[in-house]
Amino acid sequence: MITPAAIVSTAAFAALGILCVALFITVWRVIAGPSLPDRILALDMLTGIAIGFIAVVAVRTGFSLYIDIAIALGLVGFLATVAFARFVLSRGNAGPETRKRSE
Amino acid sequence: MMDYALAIITAVLLLAGAFFALVAAIGIVRLPDLYTRMHAASKAGTVGSGLLLLAAGLYSGELAVLARALAGFLFFILTAPVSAHLLARASHISGHFPADISVRDDMRMR
Repeated sequence: MITPAAIVSTAAFAALGILCVALFITVWRVIAGPSLPDRILALDMLTGIAIGFIAVVAVRTGFSLYIDIAIALGLVGFLATVAFARFVLSRGNAGPETRKRSE
Repeated sequence: MMDYALAIITAVLLLAGAFFALVAAIGIVRLPDLYTRMHAASKAGTVGSGLLLLAAGLYSGELAVLARALAGFLFFILTAPVSAHLLARASHISGHFPADISVRDDMRMR
């Protein structure tokens, strides 16, 4: 008979694997992204995946304080994205190759 | 019996959240420009991390932890459109236009 803890542990292990794949794909976009806003968007997505990692680790360890850490990370990620958007607005003009490709 | 129900619900939420995060990551890599990538990142990504938080809150078995997980989910739902809209607007104003296969760009027609 499979115990409930074994079910959750297996699902958490699978979720960690899937999240790992998602993390590496998103990191590729951060490295390769042709423009600055692409990288900012991928960085925002990385924050979301890190929140997911923290939640899965909270399930695996049974340590519920991790949820507060996840909420704090979400707040930091939101503020970082807003600050980067203001930065793009003030001085992130599109380079010549980006402009040429889109026109 | 309740233990099994809770474990199965938690397992389904964990797998669904991870799957949504993977879909968002694939969308970020595969879609052609920033504005379409934003669809994947800010909708599927938010749902992914929110479902994982919900799984952690449910599996803890305490009402206080579940309430905090729900508050976190609500916070992500509220902040994701704000940050996505700010980033899209700033990027369009600073000259990053949609890809060539886009049909319509209302902000450029003015």
